[in-house]
Amino acid sequence: MIRFILIQNRAGKTRLAKWFMNFHDDEKQKLIEEVHALVTVRDAKHTNFVEFRNFKIVYRRYAGLYFCICVDVNDNNLAYLEAIHNFVEVLNEFFHNVCELDLVFNFYKVYSVVDEMFLAGEIRETSQIKVLKQLTTLTSLE
Amino acid sequence: MRGDAMRGLAVFISDIRNCKSREAELRRINKELTNIRQRFRADKTLDGYQKKKYVCKLLFIFLLGHDIDFGYMEAVNLLSSNKYTEKQIGYLFISVIMNSSTEMKQLIIQNIRNDLQSRNPIFINLALQCVANIGDREMAIAFTNDIPRLLISGDTLDAVKQSAALCLLRLHRTSSDSLQLNTEWTARIIHLLNDQHLGVATAAVSLIDALVKRNPDEYRGCVNLAVSRLSRIVTSSYTDFQDYTYYFVPAPWLCVKLLRLLQNYPPPEDPSVRSRLNECLDTILNKAQEPLKSKKVQHSNARNAVLFEAINLIIHMDCESSLLVRACNQLGQFLQNRETNLRYLALESMCLLAASEFSHEAVKKHQETVINALKSERDVSVRQRAVDLLYAMCDRSNAQDLVQEMLAYLETADYTIREEMVLKIAILSEKYAVDYSWYLDVMLKLIRIAGDFVSEEVWYRVIQVVVNRTDVQSYAAKIAFEALQAPACHENMVKVGGYILGEYGNLIALDPRSTPMIQFNLLHSKYHLCSPATRCLILSTYMKFMNLFPEIKHHIQEILRHDSNYRSSDVEIQQRATEYLRLSEICNPTVLATILEIMPPYPEKQSPLLVRLKQKKPLMEANGATESQPAASGNTDDGPKLTETAIHLNQQAQHQNGLLVSLDTPESNGHHEESTSHHSSSAKKFLFKNSDIIFENELIQVGIKGESTKSTLRIELYYGNKTNSHLTHFSADIFTPGDLQTALRMNFDPIKSTIDPKAQIKQTGTIDCIKDFAELPTMNISFLHNNMLQKIDYAFPLYLNKFIEKAEMDSNNFFLRWRNLDKPNQECQKIFPAKFPMVYNDCNQKLEDFGWSSLVGIDVNAENFCGAGIINTSTQPIGCLYRLEPNKQAKMYRLTIRSSKEGVANRLMELLEDQF
Repeated sequence: MIRFILIQNRAGKTRLAKWFMNFHDDEKQKLIEEVHALVTVRDAKHTNFVEFRNFKIVYRRYAGLYFCICVDVNDNNLAYLEAIHNFVEVLNEFFHNVCELDLVFNFYKVYSVVDEMFLAGEIRETSQIKVLKQLTTLTSLE
Repeated sequence: MRGDAMRGLAVFISDIRNCKSREAELRRINKELTNIRQRFRADKTLDGYQKKKYVCKLLFIFLLGHDIDFGYMEAVNLLSSNKYTEKQIGYLFISVIMNSSTEMKQLIIQNIRNDLQSRNPIFINLALQCVANIGDREMAIAFTNDIPRLLISGDTLDAVKQSAALCLLRLHRTSSDSLQLNTEWTARIIHLLNDQHLGVATAAVSLIDALVKRNPDEYRGCVNLAVSRLSRIVTSSYTDFQDYTYYFVPAPWLCVKLLRLLQNYPPPEDPSVRSRLNECLDTILNKAQEPLKSKKVQHSNARNAVLFEAINLIIHMDCESSLLVRACNQLGQFLQNRETNLRYLALESMCLLAASEFSHEAVKKHQETVINALKSERDVSVRQRAVDLLYAMCDRSNAQDLVQEMLAYLETADYTIREEMVLKIAILSEKYAVDYSWYLDVMLKLIRIAGDFVSEEVWYRVIQVVVNRTDVQSYAAKIAFEALQAPACHENMVKVGGYILGEYGNLIALDPRSTPMIQFNLLHSKYHLCSPATRCLILSTYMKFMNLFPEIKHHIQEILRHDSNYRSSDVEIQQRATEYLRLSEICNPTVLATILEIMPPYPEKQSPLLVRLKQKKPLMEANGATESQPAASGNTDDGPKLTETAIHLNQQAQHQNGLLVSLDTPESNGHHEESTSHHSSSAKKFLFKNSDIIFENELIQVGIKGESTKSTLRIELYYGNKTNSHLTHFSADIFTPGDLQTALRMNFDPIKSTIDPKAQIKQTGTIDCIKDFAELPTMNISFLHNNMLQKIDYAFPLYLNKFIEKAEMDSNNFFLRWRNLDKPNQECQKIFPAKFPMVYNDCNQKLEDFGWSSLVGIDVNAENFCGAGIINTSTQPIGCLYRLEPNKQAKMYRLTIRSSKEGVANRLMELLEDQF
């Protein structure tokens, strides 16, 4: 199960935080800082997985942004690694070449994209065509 | 006005981004907050768009890390808007900010209900997504009908079904007892696996997986459907599922989820299903050998995601040796792959394969590659996996080499993994020691090269081993003496060396190179460099020297009299110096010899090192008691670690000369224990544990492992032959006399009739609990040893609590149920004296281990324990509640148990009353 999804830039600014467990606000802040400290020191030759408390982080870096998914230790690493990429491709298509600023100015839309693809800590929909079609319908609505 | 045109919001975000300092940002935010507050207060005619915009700004401010204490009502108002964009912002605000607020809960629930009942699938979806994000007990109760109806109704849109499935999953996780799923829906839920829409199937598998974990029997039908769905996907071509093909791999995520679902069950019994599943797994392994269809890493990742999950299933089934060996070969190839991810995952999976008897040997073939990984990998986490694998693949045949390699690596190993490596080396070298002088060499080297990482448990253990094995004591004294001669010697070495010389220094005193005076001077040369704790230990050694070597007594008395000891600022040193000195002055040599006698062997059961190794990392836990326990922690225990205990049990019998066993056997304890009392005390231990030794004498040892799901307990019994000859005509039977016959149904596999010398055989079986019971079954074992018939009868420690399942509930629920169980025979209360120190955590652990829950915050008195459980019998579930009240002044406990079935409370009381 996914415990949370974080998108952070290299400086540690959070661009998306989606929590699938109930954390207190100060605990959230702590997790955000720890994850940032954990992934930014790793280089490209390292694995895309890193143990984190009693969970693990599966992450991938895209330009200046780190996409991190925290999952249970026995979850399938590669499946979540590609879930990240699938998500990024959807964002890229939806925002026409997504950049960090898109995520800042349209933060409320990013949540919609997440809800289409991940719900209750599980993968909900994996077809990019289906997700984008739904998102296009939603944007055309008042 | 269109949804993406909130210009005011964009301007505000730009302003914030342009702020040069934190103060400027704060000013801008405060200005905005004042503005919004005014708008909300003054302008009653705010239209939906305005409200949406302001609520969205508040959300943005909250996400920047500021508290938001108003605007909640406006957000909730947005929910009743009939415009999507306004509704969406309303729901988002609630999901992100108000997830724990209760004030407007009823209003929110009412709005969600309206949307769930709307005809607009987009509104239904928004409401479902909101519940999936923040659903709690109240929502579970409120929507216990609406959401399942949406899930199984024929006219629901696919997208809504997907959300409904995961929404149910959320409610199931947060409050499964409030969510009443009608059993008539089971078949229809399972059939979602067959849904034409792959997205629906993808979402549904996650739900079914959770329901299966709760009630495997009810959902057993999902196995066939999962296998056939999987089979259709893996045998298809990637062009068959356009929408769901990801880089030439058909529906990889669905495949992974299906393969995980199947890991909840044993291999399918139906031969046709089983062979179909085996074909799937075979196909997946074959595909891994095909040339890649794309150079993109996405392609190989997706393919390998499925492959690794298939391997997990193969390992879980642990019965098809050909698949296991093929899996191992495939992983062997990955060990050489240029992708770090693959090497890492291959090492991780191989660890599991090493635990299977079918593939253990195949894993060992890769020993050299793994050792190389240890030396050459750049990522410490990969090296860590290599260490884990070496540990898992270690057995008698390769222990010496592997320990040597690990020691060599330890010198340059990362600080983060040194302590764990030290533990692993210590465990392996002890477990597989053929020759204890080798063990001691390894341990002293370990202290020498990684002294800082040698925890107390490790060096204590070295001393325990030496104390318990007379044959290595003089060797130990010799090498400890040599080790102390090194110019810079780690303090842990001084401790071990000091202790050993104090006990066994006399064994090397005849050697002119290590006369008493030389030993004493050597040790004393370290004395002043050590911490007070170590000095205390050395003072004890000196005292022991007085007994071993009366000729140096006055030297030692002088040291004790010295101001730095006799008047030390450290209380403990001062006390020891004073007392030891006085002791040496007033006692005659005979009394002194008695006081300072050699230490008796340690009576000890399990290596504390294994316990230490299993200690967890800091945990991440959600707040609120309703959140389900992180599955991760539970599942890791099911993985490699559980097999570790199995190995431990296994090897106890196989390696009779191994230390773990020799410490266990009563003979070496010094004081002989009657085997009957031995098994009766440990029989009670099985109350709280899932594995134990249940019988042992000089000929055989019987170990048990049990794991229950609902009313079925799966049992593994290990019969170990401790002798040097064959045990023939071996038979073991469990009898259920009297009432037990109708209460328990046993089903054990046949066992071999011969056990080889120093070997063990395993028997598996199941015990079904039909109704509650009080007596213990009896176990009869008979065999021929040296042509003598041996018969053993003893009580088989199967207690009712093995069928208890934890029940979680809040205070209201607890007391409501408590009050309902008020018939005289439903309650049993006893007051009894404490047998153990009254430590809160110990009690809590025992209650948890007993099988029922220990609920926090139920009783007004925080010292008291309350909890609940369900005894699963196949005829009826029996609810039971308890309350344990310690009285620390009086050193007494009062235990009250209530159960829905009469008499059961009494039985549980009998089990527990002498356990605290």
